[in-house]
Amino acid sequence: MTRHETPEIPNPDMVPAPSTKGCRNAPILKQRGQHEVFCGLTGIIWLHRKMQDAFFLVVGSRTCAHLLQSAAGVMIFAEPRFGTAILEEGDLAGLKNAQDELERVVQDLLARRTDIRQLFLVGSCPSEVIKLDLARAAERLSAQYAPKVRVLNYSGSGIETTFTEGEDACLAAMVPVLPDTDARQLLMVGALPDVVEDQALDLLAKLGIENVSVLPARTLDSGISVGPNTVFALTQPFLGGTHAALERRGARHIPAPFPFGEEGTTAWLLAVAQEFGVDQAHFDAVTDAPRARARRAIAKAGETLSSKSIFFFPDSQMEIPLARFLTRECGMQAIEVSAPFIHKGIVGPDMDLLDEGPTIAEGQDVDLQLDRCRNARPDLTVCGLGLANPLEAEGLATKWAIELVFSPVHFYEQAGDLAGLFSRPLRRREMLRLEAAE
Amino acid sequence: MKLSVWTYEGPPHVGALRVATAMKGLHYVLHAPQGDTYADLLFTMIERRDHRPPVTYTTFQARDLGADTANLFKTACQNAYDRFKPQAIIVGASCTAELIQDDPGGMAETMGLPVPVIPLDLPSYQRKENFGADETFFQIVRHLARPMERTQHVSCNLIGPTALGFRHRDDITEVAALLEDMGISVNVCAPYDATPQDITRLGAAHFNILMYPETGESACRWMERELGQPFTKVVPIGVGATLDFVAEVAEIAGVKPQFDKTRLRLPWYASSVDSTYLTGKRVFIFGDGTHVAAAARIARDEMGFEVVGIGCYNREMARLVRNLAKDYGVDALITDDYLEVERCIAGLAPEMILGTQMERHIGKRLGIPCAVISSPVHVQDFPARYAPQMGSEGANVIFDTWVHPLVMGLEEHLLHMFRDDFEFNDAAGPSHHGGTALQSTNEPTETAEPAQQTADIIWLADAEKELRKIPFFVRGKARRNTELFATNQGMHEISIDTLYEAKAYYAR
Repeated sequence: MTRHETPEIPNPDMVPAPSTKGCRNAPILKQRGQHEVFCGLTGIIWLHRKMQDAFFLVVGSRTCAHLLQSAAGVMIFAEPRFGTAILEEGDLAGLKNAQDELERVVQDLLARRTDIRQLFLVGSCPSEVIKLDLARAAERLSAQYAPKVRVLNYSGSGIETTFTEGEDACLAAMVPVLPDTDARQLLMVGALPDVVEDQALDLLAKLGIENVSVLPARTLDSGISVGPNTVFALTQPFLGGTHAALERRGARHIPAPFPFGEEGTTAWLLAVAQEFGVDQAHFDAVTDAPRARARRAIAKAGETLSSKSIFFFPDSQMEIPLARFLTRECGMQAIEVSAPFIHKGIVGPDMDLLDEGPTIAEGQDVDLQLDRCRNARPDLTVCGLGLANPLEAEGLATKWAIELVFSPVHFYEQAGDLAGLFSRPLRRREMLRLEAAE
Repeated sequence: MKLSVWTYEGPPHVGALRVATAMKGLHYVLHAPQGDTYADLLFTMIERRDHRPPVTYTTFQARDLGADTANLFKTACQNAYDRFKPQAIIVGASCTAELIQDDPGGMAETMGLPVPVIPLDLPSYQRKENFGADETFFQIVRHLARPMERTQHVSCNLIGPTALGFRHRDDITEVAALLEDMGISVNVCAPYDATPQDITRLGAAHFNILMYPETGESACRWMERELGQPFTKVVPIGVGATLDFVAEVAEIAGVKPQFDKTRLRLPWYASSVDSTYLTGKRVFIFGDGTHVAAAARIARDEMGFEVVGIGCYNREMARLVRNLAKDYGVDALITDDYLEVERCIAGLAPEMILGTQMERHIGKRLGIPCAVISSPVHVQDFPARYAPQMGSEGANVIFDTWVHPLVMGLEEHLLHMFRDDFEFNDAAGPSHHGGTALQSTNEPTETAEPAQQTADIIWLADAEKELRKIPFFVRGKARRNTELFATNQGMHEISIDTLYEAKAYYAR
């Protein structure tokens, strides 16, 4: 088998039979209308927890600041490592030099927060529209504060990025400044909660794969590098830009289904293991126990989910891999699987496994999609926070999609939790008795 | 450019959304990029509304900018009309759309839609959420309301309640009941639950009740001028203010003042002996101007607290709050910088904060109890139960809400008596808070007790030990007072004697 093909699933008796016909070549429904999605700034909320010496400075409007605050939900941090440099009338009218203003804000910020080692200047809709040159600002500031602080820029604007694309843009911005290396190494790419990342690194170590690093690294001094002998595996399906940036640095992608559920995790690990020449017996020895555990954990939620129908609104680009997991490992039936973007080079292996049948949609006209959803009356609808309660009020059970980005859901030990996120809304409906006893 | 960490107010188009979402039969077509749709969750999640806000966002993208965003707007506007068939449409731009200058208002007016189209001009880079709500409602009223014959029976309009308002839902019920006791009926309540059709009937009322000046004052002023309707100036939050409000309404309406005190419990609860411990509690008050003014009066006159600082985040109310601060002999803090509020609170070291969700977080960090009195608020401040701020029940609710974060009177005595008992140790915290108080008191930060930074004063071991015997909720104050006393006396060491001399010095 060449390494660019979808890896085979080992021990076929342990997993559902591979799909006879995947949906990779199924027609894709594309509509253009109102999108009901977050912009890329939202990614800051999990990225700043991941990179503990980083500060994210959005250069934008009051709306940007308000979005971050609202999306962060409960404010648990008295002074978080993100903020907004709010553009004012004077900045727009050209009365003030925006570069100087930004320099002043950064100076104040870095003086107060001496713990900051990485500063991201994050572009927004207004800063993009007025063509504020943040790349130049980052360059100037980097020169000024080096080596103590590294300043990079990326855009999280809603006119260019959708929700999780913000993380993609952030990681992609870090790739060009990574040091060169010729070492043979694996780069695991995607911001995962530390506990999940540690589990994955532990599994890779047990498989005998040495020299593994993670992008994004937890701190600036992590020593992460890239080069022609680097191979990388994505842990999140929305990292198209980072994928391209890494390839430009000579690194090679290991395509695989995403590590959701037992099947996805096994396929992902196997693709990496084969790249590094791990023999099947050793692979089985390492993965047999966690695989069995994951299957047991999924089975509990599976009792609730089995034969229930599901409808995905586009949100995080995780929809296709999740639909693959829910249909193949939890017995659900997908009615519609839509994603803001479908990069077949990245989610292709998942599409090969996802049975043809459901409507596959890219982009959104939210009113038309709501009509389809209401007609289909799915047992469970995966959607954003703006739609969840209104659909519940119409009698449709929902799962809000943002939790899938915030919660630990990857790899074996979280497979049961992932299934649980979907079964809980259904179990809750069954539990509640809100009418009079008869 | 101004660095902002947390904001008290959203942009002005969010204010417009609060008006649109409160109303029925109105649709808002907002020229905005896709990310701005986050605002829907404010209503569906924080306020738990069961329907989508009636808003169509054009969600233009970068690739549209070079092409034709204007056409995109027209299509979105037409589709919104065809699908939702509203009685009226408001149109406007968010901060980004303002920059591309498509003039959505002008475009919508030329489309020949068969319903009133009301353009909004909300300058995103100068003004904020409250302005947006006030201006939007004013424009709706100005476009739709006309002078007309008054109702035969004396009636009034309730003006100002919006979606996402702090207890607006329940205040409406409470105020309507107050008015009914005086034989005054409600003609229209707006924007909350009103349709554009209802707005056309505003002129039938004899006068207006301005419930929330932040969101309704411009409309009331216009109606006073154009429809000849006087409006009330007193906001009935607290016992005294409610009595004043009843008198004001009676005067305007020409009826006898009537107020049923049978359900009013705050006066007795505040007088009962258990409340003695509330005497002179030092409180800091921050929020929107209207709620701060009401809270200051309640705090001093109805609870017996000492007001040590007041402030508001909305500049529109700066004058009101500054004047009030003079009355109370304190400095007014007018700012929307969360960090400045935090610094001010840390410096004043009050025993309690009355504030917004922001101050709740400041309180958590500094270990100071906090009760919420004003927007912005979070999901827990949209309770399932009836919990108004206005009228009799509002006063009762306020008494309970403000007392709850404090250690209760009887409990405070017990803490003194049994302070070495293991169950009453510092970490135990107020018993009615379960284990949760533990966390906040265990997270002392440097700003929580700034006096510790005084490097040239040394606490002798005995004095430090004695200090630890003082209940935790007054220990910070005792430490600060003692250090201040020592500094003033020119002392560099604090002994047990110094501690008790300071205690005697500050006794009141």
